[in-house]
Amino acid sequence: MSQTQTINLVLAGVGGQGILLASEIIARAAMAAGFAVKTNEVHGMAQRGGSVLAQIRYGQEVHSPLVERGTAQVLGALERIESLRHADYLAARGLAVVSSQQVVPVSVSSGQARYPEDAEGRIRAAFPRLIYLDAMGIAAEIGSVRASNLVILGALSTGLTLPAEAWQEGIRQSVKAQILEINLKAFQAGAALGAIQAV
Amino acid sequence: MTPRIELLSGNEAIARGAYEGGVTVATGYPGTPSTEILEALAAFRSDIYSEWSPNEKVALEVAVGASFAGARSLVTMKHVGLNVAADPLMTFAYIGAVGGLVICVADDPGMHSSQNEQDTRHYARFAKIPIFEPSDSEEARDFTALALGVSEQFQTPVILRTTTRVSHSRSLVPLGERALRAKSAGFVKNPPRYVPIPIWGRVMRRTVEDRLPKLSLAACESPANRIEMRDPALGIITSSVAYQYARDIWPEASVLKLGWAYPFPDELIRRFAAQVKRVLVVEELDDFLEEHIKALGIACDGRNVIPGVGELSPTALRAARAKYEGRPPVVVAPRAEIQDLPARPPVLCPSCPHRGIFYALAQFDVVVTGDIGCYSLGVFPPLNRMDTILCMGAGVSMTQGFEKGGEPKRIVGMVGDSTFFHSGITGLLNIVYNRGSAVIIVVDNRTTAMTGHQPNPGSGLTLMGEPAPSASIEALAAACGVKRVLTVNPYELQETIQALKESLAANEPTVIVSRAPCPLDEGEPVGQALAIDASQCQECRECLTLGCPALECDEAHGLRINDLLCGGCKMCEQVCPFEAISTKASAQ
Repeated sequence: MSQTQTINLVLAGVGGQGILLASEIIARAAMAAGFAVKTNEVHGMAQRGGSVLAQIRYGQEVHSPLVERGTAQVLGALERIESLRHADYLAARGLAVVSSQQVVPVSVSSGQARYPEDAEGRIRAAFPRLIYLDAMGIAAEIGSVRASNLVILGALSTGLTLPAEAWQEGIRQSVKAQILEINLKAFQAGAALGAIQAV
Repeated sequence: MTPRIELLSGNEAIARGAYEGGVTVATGYPGTPSTEILEALAAFRSDIYSEWSPNEKVALEVAVGASFAGARSLVTMKHVGLNVAADPLMTFAYIGAVGGLVICVADDPGMHSSQNEQDTRHYARFAKIPIFEPSDSEEARDFTALALGVSEQFQTPVILRTTTRVSHSRSLVPLGERALRAKSAGFVKNPPRYVPIPIWGRVMRRTVEDRLPKLSLAACESPANRIEMRDPALGIITSSVAYQYARDIWPEASVLKLGWAYPFPDELIRRFAAQVKRVLVVEELDDFLEEHIKALGIACDGRNVIPGVGELSPTALRAARAKYEGRPPVVVAPRAEIQDLPARPPVLCPSCPHRGIFYALAQFDVVVTGDIGCYSLGVFPPLNRMDTILCMGAGVSMTQGFEKGGEPKRIVGMVGDSTFFHSGITGLLNIVYNRGSAVIIVVDNRTTAMTGHQPNPGSGLTLMGEPAPSASIEALAAACGVKRVLTVNPYELQETIQALKESLAANEPTVIVSRAPCPLDEGEPVGQALAIDASQCQECRECLTLGCPALECDEAHGLRINDLLCGGCKMCEQVCPFEAISTKASAQ
């Protein structure tokens, strides 16, 4: 725990995708590495399929639980256009890790709005440092589509300096024993892909 | 030995503080962002009795009883819940506590899950009682125990106020031990102490006033309030989570941090102001501190640079700092890639039984007075079938005013099971008593769903997990004098539409209980996932009027059912005019 800078992360997605668990894992990993940590997530209304944002900060001393816009070192997104919705949290040289998954909002299905047809192009233009991956497909291959949040975590771990043991400890403390194995595998798959795509 | 350090939310930390502080009775009514306090307290069931009361007024009254018996107690609610509990609060402030009593009230600046943005600090001044405001989880734990002590020492109720960002942020808390206390000292009969009839109430009134300067002195000495001297050029006076934001944005400034802000610690404020060159008040919502600081004759800035509408954040304070220093704010040009994104508001879950009621209601030209709960989401298109929302219970009561006010359309009131028990029954009693004829739909999903599935008097289960009698909504309606009481299965759309049609034609008060358990709470799908047979689908899009998130339609992929989301409720199968949707199609 030598770094003096506070690390800011935001995780974006859709209610029900496992954002809260992902946020807890990062927090416990940072704790295991000896850092002070604060997180924030909005509960209630936001969880009914709405847009969800979790914020995590760790370092020697952390004051605000909220991340200031333009200062996040890493933005993780479990749904692709949610990365764009919260893009202004990311610092100029920040890393975006975006799942290619598309969840169509009811506003689109009912014809009041359009899902951007050039979503991937927009994402590539918005994030110069980008890891764009089929987290759901990877999670499905491992055996559970529900573990796609861990694939994203694995990929974004490549943009941070937390040791591998701290991540394992964070995951072990946060997930139930019967799904620990599959979650660890999903994390490792994400980490391997992240290392290849890292920019 | 070093204490065990845990990552706790503000709400979990309050529960921990109540445990460590010797609370033996805890009550409340669910409401975001306060709900998890009592849920966390229920884990200490061998040491603490906890209950979900039917509403906040009852919750506070139960706790007052416990306090009079000598027990330490905690009551939890969201900010608007304190309006419901205001009646016992205002007089309990006169009578005063015996066992320490702390009322945890969670405000919701920014209105993440609330219908207003009221600032609970005004209630402290209104009732002339102390208020504590933690800024993170460790303080949430510490201040809970501190507040219990102050309550007992000064025989006063104490408010512990959090905000969404305090309640739902997690940070590290070193755990402490429980202070062991006897559950009850036993009630000592003393009518002048406990009965505020005018002759004794007037004495109590004087006591309340005499208590204020004593509390103010204690606040000056309290560890909850502290001066952090750094550069004396700027002194910031702040409270709650705004303190944390201010530390990030003005790291060099001196700070007076008020964790116990009312009764105002005047001497401490004066001492701090004398040590700094300029004073800036950084507070969320109303200018509660600033108004008083100015009344003390201390010049300060505050609301002229810090926004008073919506919640504060480091981002908002960065802009406020620029304004304070006369610099233009840093404006980031909006990038083209992030423009015109489709809105993603919360929606009713796939296979939510409320959807059946909204679909049925859409067949009739009526006025629908709604209420607080998941079914509030029925106001959004495409369901678009709720016309008003006011407060808990108003979905029932307001129908009477519409009718007597001369509204030509038939009025339908809509209320959830938990909200009906909370404050719908009195409105129903009024409709019958005063010869109204509204149709009241109680959407009974057997739980308090929106706040995360807390049991209620109809659920057959207590907060502590014990079996309990299940209150019958039908029997309650009948006892209120309602003659037409119907029960429908909202997944059966034709049956539901028919019941509604007959009820609207009848010229008498009617209660329709729409009963189906919340599938999210049940934890398993209603049925097998459905699919659309493309050869039968005429793309009439009638199914999309249900507003189900599992029915996805966009230009790239056309209309389909997302089988990961589909809960198999078959409402779309029933509304499809071409028999294109079925479980058979999904099996193919």
